[in-house]
Amino acid sequence: MNERLQVRKTYKLYIGGEFPRSESGRVFEVHAADGQFLTNMAKASRKDARDAVLAARKGFNSWSAASAYNRGQVMYRIAEVMEGRSVQFVDELRLLGGGSEKKARLEVERAIDRMVWYAGWADKLAQVVGTSNPVAGPYFNFSIPEPTGIVVAAAPAKPALLGLINVLAQIIVSGNSSIIVASQSQPIVAITLAEVLESSDVPAGAINILTGDAAEILPWLASHADVNALDLSGVADPQLAIELEREAAGTLKRVLRSSAQAEDVPSLQQMTSFLEIKTVWHPMGL
Amino acid sequence: MMFEYAPAPESTSIVTISPQQGLFINGEFVASERNFESINPATEAVLSLVAEADEAAVDAAVKAARVAYTKVWSRMSGSERAKYLFRIARIIQERARELAVLESLDNGKPIRESRDVDIPLVAAHFFYYAGWADKLEYAGLGTEPKALGVVGQVIPWNFPLLMLAWKIAPALAAGNTVVLKPAETTSLTALMFAEICQQAELPPGVVNIITGAGETGRLLVEHPDVNKVAFTGSTAVGRSIQRALAGSGKGLSLELGGKAANIVFEDAALDQAVEGIVNGIFFNQGQVCCAGSRLLVQESVAEEVIHALKRRLGTLRLGDPLDKNTDIGAINSRVQLERITELAAVGDAEGAERWTADCALPEAGFWFAPTIFTNVTQAHRIAREEIFGPVLSVLTFRTPEEALEKANNTPYGLSAGIWSEKGSRILWMANRLRAGVVWANTFNRFDPASPFGGYKESGFGREGGVHGLAPYLQGHAKGVSA
Repeated sequence: MNERLQVRKTYKLYIGGEFPRSESGRVFEVHAADGQFLTNMAKASRKDARDAVLAARKGFNSWSAASAYNRGQVMYRIAEVMEGRSVQFVDELRLLGGGSEKKARLEVERAIDRMVWYAGWADKLAQVVGTSNPVAGPYFNFSIPEPTGIVVAAAPAKPALLGLINVLAQIIVSGNSSIIVASQSQPIVAITLAEVLESSDVPAGAINILTGDAAEILPWLASHADVNALDLSGVADPQLAIELEREAAGTLKRVLRSSAQAEDVPSLQQMTSFLEIKTVWHPMGL
Repeated sequence: MMFEYAPAPESTSIVTISPQQGLFINGEFVASERNFESINPATEAVLSLVAEADEAAVDAAVKAARVAYTKVWSRMSGSERAKYLFRIARIIQERARELAVLESLDNGKPIRESRDVDIPLVAAHFFYYAGWADKLEYAGLGTEPKALGVVGQVIPWNFPLLMLAWKIAPALAAGNTVVLKPAETTSLTALMFAEICQQAELPPGVVNIITGAGETGRLLVEHPDVNKVAFTGSTAVGRSIQRALAGSGKGLSLELGGKAANIVFEDAALDQAVEGIVNGIFFNQGQVCCAGSRLLVQESVAEEVIHALKRRLGTLRLGDPLDKNTDIGAINSRVQLERITELAAVGDAEGAERWTADCALPEAGFWFAPTIFTNVTQAHRIAREEIFGPVLSVLTFRTPEEALEKANNTPYGLSAGIWSEKGSRILWMANRLRAGVVWANTFNRFDPASPFGGYKESGFGREGGVHGLAPYLQGHAKGVSA
């Protein structure tokens, strides 16, 4: 009976490139699929949400100023580090969600490949979405996409990792910063992903991850004046989604609504949901 | 010196205004029990009685649009839809003078603007989007983009027919049918457009025009059988529409207010810049959401620019909108005049220094002389709130960084102007300004091929260009599965 006692990890929030506990001191219990107690996870408060917005505004300034090439490289780096952690992700997915090893492995592989797919978009979006406009006059006129700003997203409960990567990648690929509210039933992979991000050259604050009660955290963010957009595709409760949409109207936030098809089909349109089109005019003449 | 100009009025005999207007539903004009007056804001004379659409009328219009969508418009090929739009564009050109005169009568804008800007752009918009109707698979929304269905559209009074074109042309090209509500003070050109739809033999119900005030608009956007709402107007109303539509699943695009910075650097061609400042804030009496209402001028040239600006404003001619020499027409309504007057008074109260061009105002009608406030700070309400009138707030800056920070220090983000002869500085600024349209060494230019729309609380969605199709189409999330 010399079984070694496991060294457990304390899971914290991911704000501004750091891993703080909730300032409120609150935690929630996380249990494995078989009911076994795993950890007391940080339960984000309103203050944590506001701190995340402050961090995300700073993160937006550095991430949106990075070259598209650089953003693509950082995103590819995320995929590289995820690959190295793939066994851990498989274990964690099964620990909380159950299911076969094969199924979990497939999801992890798809999540990594999805990140690679988006990484390649970073320096192509402007060419696909931007235009040169043939106006009827002596003007040079062009339109380019720019990131909307701070985007708040709820990570879907299923597929926990692929869904998380999907919402995250489509936000950050164009230079937005993000605050991801982790799924309450699968928060551990989200914090493991934060550890991946922390070692992938992601600028501090460009991505922030909050764990806790999504129904509590999201309304604070939906009504925050410095948040520019909401991705509700991971919100399962339709009443909550309506409430968030209503809150978002206070400062005319862009809202990507939850929809059945959103979870697992990457598309150009999901990326353009968090883009602004800027049009620049200049006269041509001697 | 001011030259004496002989009056050069455009004849109004080209347009016949029926004393009683109807609602345009299912291809026909129908009467309403309740009616309201539409007046000429330059004289306060009644132009016509306009029908007010109640709940039953709104419902009838949406039903007509639904039937037209299901039975006719969604089944028609894109190339046939295109030909209807081309036809409409041609008829607008044929009746351009009539439309321009009616627009100036009903809105109060100078005939020079309605004739040379509004109406030509209206025709151009229909021409532009006509060509898209059978090429939607090239719009970047997948191989089979689909229309949304019935679109409810609510437009403002500042560019009545142009805003109608911005709304209806892309919606129809994309294969939707529409119910449009013009602003209650400027319904007449929309109703003349309805006649044009009849002349073009557009199938009944594809375009429906319902007139009325805010309540009619609310009934339209909240109608359960409307699939998408497009609104241009104030940020406050846009906010309430977004809130009301939460959970409805309806599409929404909003083009709202603005408080644009027009930034003049010391190396700018100052004479051109002065013309640009004038055009930026006094075009259409400043009743423009993208108006350059905050002049940010570099300290070293501020005195020179303000002096030149005052001299130039002294030469603007305010008066009869139908006179071809008129630069500044009437304010659209008494309500708007009161709002401008009130905000200008706040400017005085908060310590800004007012200067008003010396010009006689006509006795009747709604008028506001071109006005400049100097010594304005960022905290002043006249530097933060949209005045929507011919009132310019002047602020100064020393460095490009300061100009940028001041320009972006607003919840709005519709447009901005940059005046400089240095290319790299223009692009540096253009890149960092959080605004949907940036005019460099020009201002207030519009074109159907050029996307228009705002950042932040100036709304979302674009009008114009290929980007203007997206709000009216449902793309397939085909993408590539990784």
